[in-house]
Amino acid sequence: MSELKAGTNLEKVFKAGHFAVTAELGPPKSADVEVINKKVQYLKGNVDAVNITDNQTAIVRMSSIAAGALVLQQGLEPVIQITCRDRNRIAIQSDVLGAYALGLKNILCLTGDHQKFGNHGTCKNVFDLDSIQLIQALKTMRDEKQFICGDEIKNSKKAPIVEPRILIGAAANPFADPFEFRVIRLAKKVNAGVDFIQTQCVYDMERFEEWMKQVRERGLHKQVKIMAGLTPLKAVGMAKYMRDNVAGLSVPDYYIDRLSGAEDAPAEGIKICVEQIKRLKEIEGVAGVHIMAIEWERRVPEIVEAAGLLPRP
Amino acid sequence: MITAVQKPFDEISEMVKGHDKLLILGCGSCVTVCMAGGEKEVGILASTLRLFNKQNNISMEIIEDTIERQCDREFFDAVKDKILRADAVLSMACGAGVQFCAEVFEGKRVLPALNTRFYGATEQQGIWSECCAGCGSCVLDKFGGICPIARCSKSLLNGPCGGSQEGKCEVDPENIDCGWQLIYDRMKSLGLLHKLEENEPINDWSTGRDGGPGKIIREDMVL
Ligand code: SF4
Ligand code: SF4
Repeated sequence: MSELKAGTNLEKVFKAGHFAVTAELGPPKSADVEVINKKVQYLKGNVDAVNITDNQTAIVRMSSIAAGALVLQQGLEPVIQITCRDRNRIAIQSDVLGAYALGLKNILCLTGDHQKFGNHGTCKNVFDLDSIQLIQALKTMRDEKQFICGDEIKNSKKAPIVEPRILIGAAANPFADPFEFRVIRLAKKVNAGVDFIQTQCVYDMERFEEWMKQVRERGLHKQVKIMAGLTPLKAVGMAKYMRDNVAGLSVPDYYIDRLSGAEDAPAEGIKICVEQIKRLKEIEGVAGVHIMAIEWERRVPEIVEAAGLLPRP
Repeated sequence: MITAVQKPFDEISEMVKGHDKLLILGCGSCVTVCMAGGEKEVGILASTLRLFNKQNNISMEIIEDTIERQCDREFFDAVKDKILRADAVLSMACGAGVQFCAEVFEGKRVLPALNTRFYGATEQQGIWSECCAGCGSCVLDKFGGICPIARCSKSLLNGPCGGSQEGKCEVDPENIDCGWQLIYDRMKSLGLLHKLEENEPINDWSTGRDGGPGKIIREDMVL
């Protein structure tokens, strides 16, 4: 009597009570498979699973499902991101069936960045579902074995039901406004049936801890696995850019000061990230970290190593 | 009201080129209120076009008029003769008015002088903002009277997304308020915040544009 919902590596790591580690892999802006292979080499063995982004910041990239299948072939478990921006419920459900058939069993539900931020600003958007409704849809497919419309997931009347058994993830941003509503929105995701959460990258530890306190007050950490998001800072310029230009992100001045004072800024950025992981591990209810090293995947192994998170289970 | 703005003049002058007798026809309803296509704007556009034509040696007779509404047949009677005598009508109504004028006067060239924008309200003098997307199944009762479909950039029914910052929407923090911050504030002041904790189910969009061009048939009214 397996109690596993999808049976993925990530789910097993959660289940065993290990502190989970995931990373992010952005597919190429071309059909170049080599880009994926290289990133897989850096990450394989150092993380439990890797998120494959879905045209993040609305820039056209290789499909997250196709890239995810390539990653899986090389022995690294993917978490497929699906946004609501580009596909309606017909396309999304169809993709979920396809992803599952290819062995991709972790799916992360996102609203998606607005197309204005990307390289096709004149396009139409979809947003047929929102991220919470997407969670609900995946849960219905997995647990009720039904499509959104209520039809059973089977090929014909006499055919067997073959539903996609997916571990359902979603994001949470503890730093956006209105702050008091952030934990409520997490609760809505939990009610919709999410299994794990990855947060927006954390720099402001005080605010994150305040948010986690609210999470614990509602008992949400017992119903969902919460992974804290981290993005190591490569340079002062990057830190300032994140602080000033990314909605819902505050990078405290003491990190900026440390980076500008350092001889080797990238090394300092990694040191900060490792310190953060160690602190996050101590927070009740934090079940792991999600390291988003944007185009810096090669430094992930040393971060994980220095944080004492190797070997992976 | 339906809001609109005037097209760039270059586009209009290019569009009307080659017509010897042009009627610029204003509309006395929504577009008068949002100061885009009423009697006053007809006058200004006519003068600008006359001046342009003079400078460019274009001979064109320009006639001006404005009717109460261009989306109702009865109001066209007053300008019927002018329309019939003109080579083309440059309509300053919204997209519905332009099309209806063309339908009433079949065979007549009817050209749009405006870009129709949205269903909105006057926020303050000179500023109009979108309030409704005509979804055909109004949910304002659930959101404290603020529409998540029209006023959230992603039409989220379970917002706000992670891009909401200091009351502004990530899509254009200078100009767009986050509709969900507005909803949150309103529900809080109404003492109804707990209502927002309920998950809004997957929506039926078929009552709006996604169900095809809308049509209302009132059997009790049809003659
Ligand atoms: S819910 Fe629909 S009908 Fe009501 S204001 Fe919004 S778009 Fe208009
Ligand atoms: S910032 Fe607010 S208005 Fe903009 S997309 Fe997000 S929830 Fe909607």
